[in-house]
Amino acid sequence: MPAVRGDGMRGLAVFISDIRNCKSKEAEIKRINKELANIRSKFKGDKTLDGYQKKKYVCKLLFIFLLGHDIDFGHMEAVNLLSSNKYSEKQIGYLFISVLVNTNSDLIKLIIQSIKNDLQSRNPIHVNLALQCIANIGSKDMAEAFGTEIPKLLVSGDTMDVVKQSAALCLLRLFRKSPEIIPGGEWTSRIIHLLNDPHMGVVTAATSLIDALVKKNPDEYKGCVTLAVARLSRIVTASYTDLQDYTYYFVPAPWLSVKLLRLLQNYTPPSEEPGVRGRLSECLETIFNKAQEPPKSKKVQHSNAKNAVLFEAISLIIHNDSEPNLLVRACNQLGQFLSNRETNLRYLALESMCHLATSEFSHEAVKKHQEIVILSMKMEKDVSVRQQAVDLLYAMCDKTNAEEIVQEMLAYLETADYSIREEMVLKVAILAEKYATDFTWYVDVILNLIRIAGDYVSEEVWYRVIQIVINRDEVQAYAAKTVFEALQAPTCHENMVKVGGYILGEFGNLIAGDTRSSPQVQFELLHSKYHLCSVATRALLLSTYIKLVNLFPEIKNRVQEVFKADSNLRSADVELQQRASEYLQLSIVASTDVLATVLEEMPAFPERESSILAVLKKKKPGRIPDDVRESKSPLPTVAPTAILNSTNNTNSSSADLLGLSTPPGSAAPTTGNGLLDVLGDLYTSTKISPSTVQQNNIKKFLFKNNGVLFENELIQIGVKSEFRQNLGRIGLFYGNKTQFPIQNVHPELHWTDLHKLNVQMKPMEPILEAGAQIQQMLTAECIEDFTDVPSMSVSFIYNNVPQKITMKLPLTLNKFFEPTEMNGESFFARWKNLGGEQQRAQKIFKAQGPIDLTGTRTKLAGFGMQLLDGIDPNPDNFVCAGIVHTKMQQVGCLMRLEPNKQAQMYRLTIRSSKESVSQEICNLLADQF
Amino acid sequence: MMQFMLLFSRQGKLRLQKWYVAHPDKLKKKITRELITTVLARKPKMCSFLEWKDVKVVYKRYASLYFCCAMEQEDNELLTLELIHRYVELLDKYLGSVCELDIIFNFEKAYFILDELVLGGELQETSKKNVLKAIAAQDLLQEEETPQGFFEDHGLG
Repeated sequence: MPAVRGDGMRGLAVFISDIRNCKSKEAEIKRINKELANIRSKFKGDKTLDGYQKKKYVCKLLFIFLLGHDIDFGHMEAVNLLSSNKYSEKQIGYLFISVLVNTNSDLIKLIIQSIKNDLQSRNPIHVNLALQCIANIGSKDMAEAFGTEIPKLLVSGDTMDVVKQSAALCLLRLFRKSPEIIPGGEWTSRIIHLLNDPHMGVVTAATSLIDALVKKNPDEYKGCVTLAVARLSRIVTASYTDLQDYTYYFVPAPWLSVKLLRLLQNYTPPSEEPGVRGRLSECLETIFNKAQEPPKSKKVQHSNAKNAVLFEAISLIIHNDSEPNLLVRACNQLGQFLSNRETNLRYLALESMCHLATSEFSHEAVKKHQEIVILSMKMEKDVSVRQQAVDLLYAMCDKTNAEEIVQEMLAYLETADYSIREEMVLKVAILAEKYATDFTWYVDVILNLIRIAGDYVSEEVWYRVIQIVINRDEVQAYAAKTVFEALQAPTCHENMVKVGGYILGEFGNLIAGDTRSSPQVQFELLHSKYHLCSVATRALLLSTYIKLVNLFPEIKNRVQEVFKADSNLRSADVELQQRASEYLQLSIVASTDVLATVLEEMPAFPERESSILAVLKKKKPGRIPDDVRESKSPLPTVAPTAILNSTNNTNSSSADLLGLSTPPGSAAPTTGNGLLDVLGDLYTSTKISPSTVQQNNIKKFLFKNNGVLFENELIQIGVKSEFRQNLGRIGLFYGNKTQFPIQNVHPELHWTDLHKLNVQMKPMEPILEAGAQIQQMLTAECIEDFTDVPSMSVSFIYNNVPQKITMKLPLTLNKFFEPTEMNGESFFARWKNLGGEQQRAQKIFKAQGPIDLTGTRTKLAGFGMQLLDGIDPNPDNFVCAGIVHTKMQQVGCLMRLEPNKQAQMYRLTIRSSKESVSQEICNLLADQF
Repeated sequence: MMQFMLLFSRQGKLRLQKWYVAHPDKLKKKITRELITTVLARKPKMCSFLEWKDVKVVYKRYASLYFCCAMEQEDNELLTLELIHRYVELLDKYLGSVCELDIIFNFEKAYFILDELVLGGELQETSKKNVLKAIAAQDLLQEEETPQGFFEDHGLG
């Protein structure tokens, strides 16, 4: 047992030794439980404990807590210790409280009272203990209780230096919690003048406080700039003996220097006062000069402290971005660090250079180090350093070195760490697009990306290459030829098949003249990949095939064979089945003219900022230098000739045929109008994501008829509906949430069961004025029971940007229920009658959360059936009865829902006279509780 | 501003934790567990800084003990490393060639020293002399108190 300093609580030391001697985790836990029981009985016992014992037990509890066990008692005893007149007891009490008491504890009032008493103490050590406790807990209550006291303590002439230090940081902590506590006016100047305090410790603490105050109110505290520069100047020109104990390994006051340099980064360079500005430049020069001097010590502490100041000075220079010679000097200095043997320095130098690369003054200077940065990316042993090198290469890239940097990054990607691949792919894709002068190069780079790191190529990346190829005539033939060649590899990534499929479908004709890539060859090549691909890719390929029929009538029969194949026409996947049958019909029915119109080449996409950049920014906020030098897109702006405008899209069913939109398996039926929409949505209104909203809503609306159907930052659509027998009236309320009119509002309905459900929509005004709301009525008639819930897409133009949102209408079969009362006897009679295989549907599913019978009851009450109480022998079970009204017939329907609390499962049974109704009601209700 | 400081052993045992941001206990435990695993997985020659979640982690190993600080993005990495070193120096001076065991047995002292060095997540006093002076003054107050508990601790109470 090592020596214990101070007053040494022997009981505590013995306990710690015991714990350390435990041979197993079980033994340790046993020992701890024994101790906890002992302490608990002592605290509860009749014998009053003296201060020492309380301290000892509280200390043991603290130790047990540090071992990772929860402590739920002893707080009161700790609070008692606060008012002890023995310092060591008080101190342990405060320690326990700052480690274990949370800010909203009931004890906080008692604690605050004790702190108040100690703040009044004449002994500075007691005052400091109280201040430290405030700074450690820093709750709102404390800000209120001490908000006026502590500023006084900070600036008073009578306060001792050590107390001032603690008061400054204590105030800072409270200020961060409740910014309103700092008084303004004359206090400002008194606080600023702490920078002149003769005691270095006071200045060190006060600088942190001032830094935070400046961030809140830069103008009020502007006076601190002059004082900070003066103080900094005195430090950097001091010899290391001047500052005595504030010199750290021969570096004068490194912490204070760094804090002052940080403080100055809150302001632009002091231009009104040339004297101050000159003095600051001198300081920075001096810091650079000192960095060049031979080290005064071989210890790493010396070089770390010196370089810490240097890096902070460079940060300030980058922040000011006004002194070209200092920027270039910084760059040269960092260049030296790139080959330093300290990994830490190389890491920081790369990071800092990344910022220098974004300044116009030092961008060229950074580029000089390209070779060594590339080496760092390839050779560094630590992935975090390699990551910095990649970031720097990305930041230093411009037109002149793009080809080389992209080439190196591609080469490195083959062996790069998995953790950084995805980001590197994005970076390469962005650089290639941004600096492409020749778009054949761009196409090559992206295809290489897919080849090398296909798994890490996100959808945005391959969407983007298609977008660019479609928009640029000169690269289309090259792209077709290149993808054709790439697809000939025996194995190629699925993303390659996607890009290849899309490009050949659009531009395969451009290479069809060559017999080596004749229509037949193109088709067979694509189709050879078909069976290895996922459903989504197959769906895309089917669309490609119908496009090929249009481009090359000679392969029509062959393509039709493929459509007819059982694996497509009778595919288990509904999306493939639908595409295969629709495309097959189209190829049979449509004349060449119609086919050519339907399958016309995709119109150009509107140009905007690459969405890949947005993805990268989202991945790493703050780490992607916002490039100001060449922010203009290299692509000429193409007039958005064919933004899909559904108001004049009369042929929505044919547009649908091109749909690559809905990924198979998604809940929504195909509602979009082709890839244009998918991409259009992605590229124009990435902020709007109705898909999640619709999921939630449709669930919600199973059990109610009114509410908000859809909402984003532009528009809100509310719904109010009522149903009687097989008829329903649905009122939609469109609200414009913005300051500007929303134009060309055009809602459209889509559903497949046209003969089962009839929905009519009343026309509405196409303009939605700012802040206004308009109403639209819909009528619904249920002809036969149905499963396909109609969806509605609303297209509109806001701020000249076309938008489109889709949502499900709250129009499910259960809306046509009429609740039916019946007694137990007739319920069971019917229940038995409906026992046939064709009439039952059952599902067992896991509860969505803890089983909540009241919640379930409320939901069922809104579902439309009659809840029948007192029928099921088990009171926890729910039984319901209702009649579904359709024009063709009325279907009686019974339901039983059995919660199983142990298993957290539900069993749902539906019986009705019609199998499809049982199925549908069962599907609607499953997983809803 | 420092968000928290952790001291843990090579075996992953937590020896000291100091939080300057208010997190629920559950989250603290989760962060601690994950960070310890991350740091222990790193090789000796690797860089002492890492971007971890939204904080900058600065760590250094002294014998069997890791000192690990979570800082905010704009904080100075190298100087945080030296802050750790200063803390180690203070412990060393006070406890006399400090080792992991000393910190276990004198954990409350380790806290008191840290409170003098760093307050509310900001550096308070960098002078070794001044910190030790403050701690010595505290110890002096203790010595003035009548020693108690001697009998109890020796089973004579």
